[in-house]
Amino acid sequence: MIKEDIQKGMKQGMPIMLGYFPIALTFGVVSQQAGLSLVELTSMSILVYAGAAQFMAVNLLMVSAGLLEITIATFVLNFRHFVMSLSFVHKLEHINVRWKTALTSLLTDESFALASMDSKKEKKSHYYYLGLFSVAYLSWIMGSFLGGVMGDIFPERLSVSLGIALYAMFIALLIPSIQKNRRHGWIALIAMAINYTLSFYVDSGWSIVLSTIFASGIGTMFIRREA
Amino acid sequence: MMRVFIIIVAMSVVTMLPRLLPVWIVDKWRFPEWIGRFLEAVPYAALGALIFPGIITVVENRPEMGLIGGFVAVFLALKSRYTIVVILGAVLVVYWLIWINSCRLDMDVSVRNIVLNI
Repeated sequence: MIKEDIQKGMKQGMPIMLGYFPIALTFGVVSQQAGLSLVELTSMSILVYAGAAQFMAVNLLMVSAGLLEITIATFVLNFRHFVMSLSFVHKLEHINVRWKTALTSLLTDESFALASMDSKKEKKSHYYYLGLFSVAYLSWIMGSFLGGVMGDIFPERLSVSLGIALYAMFIALLIPSIQKNRRHGWIALIAMAINYTLSFYVDSGWSIVLSTIFASGIGTMFIRREA
Repeated sequence: MMRVFIIIVAMSVVTMLPRLLPVWIVDKWRFPEWIGRFLEAVPYAALGALIFPGIITVVENRPEMGLIGGFVAVFLALKSRYTIVVILGAVLVVYWLIWINSCRLDMDVSVRNIVLNI
């Protein structure tokens, strides 16, 4: 039962693994070129585990930005996980606090999206989520490490085109839920419009947080729920 | 280097706090029903915000390539329930777009060289 659940989760997490690996590889290459040691860059992937923030931190380290600046920028960029984690934990009433703590520490945009968009209604066990979250996590760590060791193993054209993979996954998650309930599509479209508008005025971190909150709010208040 | 490690630990703390805080909030505080409904809408809003405008930055300075990849993904997602099909289809199309485009660039360069040589 435990093994079965873990395996089911791991299988579900394969698309993230595929999407993370090339990005992590690039992170390994870039951060090594920026002067980080293999231990440093792998530790960053293990301890921080947040793609956009890690790339940003490496850029800031290169221009020798200070501790405070990098920490604040990381906080702003990753604060969106607060809203996502709140939504995820809300779903996990049947799981105990210790497990919830372990699982949410591995919450990323992608693992949240996959875990939330499950089409089947039945409650999932914590082992299922463990399998799902850990393939993504391991792929991120392995990719960073290998990128640091081997350098660029993918030709540039391939790694650029693999950049669409996670977006394609998001779309693959969103479309079936829209087909089931149009309301979900409206909420997503509103979020896109708000995020696009805000992206001209604020950091992308705040922009994602604000557009997620506003679009969910508008969706909850104004759009009629279907039976 | 100690400095880098201090930065990594600080980054870890400010990344983990927002992820972990909800566990304690939900444990201590009973939500009213409307917040529950709000939280159920969050995944769809988050997906929307994560897709756009991020998708136009997949290929630098070529927003249309990411968009085309996105439309291909929408089309495939309507046709197939396998995520892997959607992902590979979108990747292949973007790969092809970049390839076609770089061939054209190469050609432009060689034409320019010929003209310059004359």
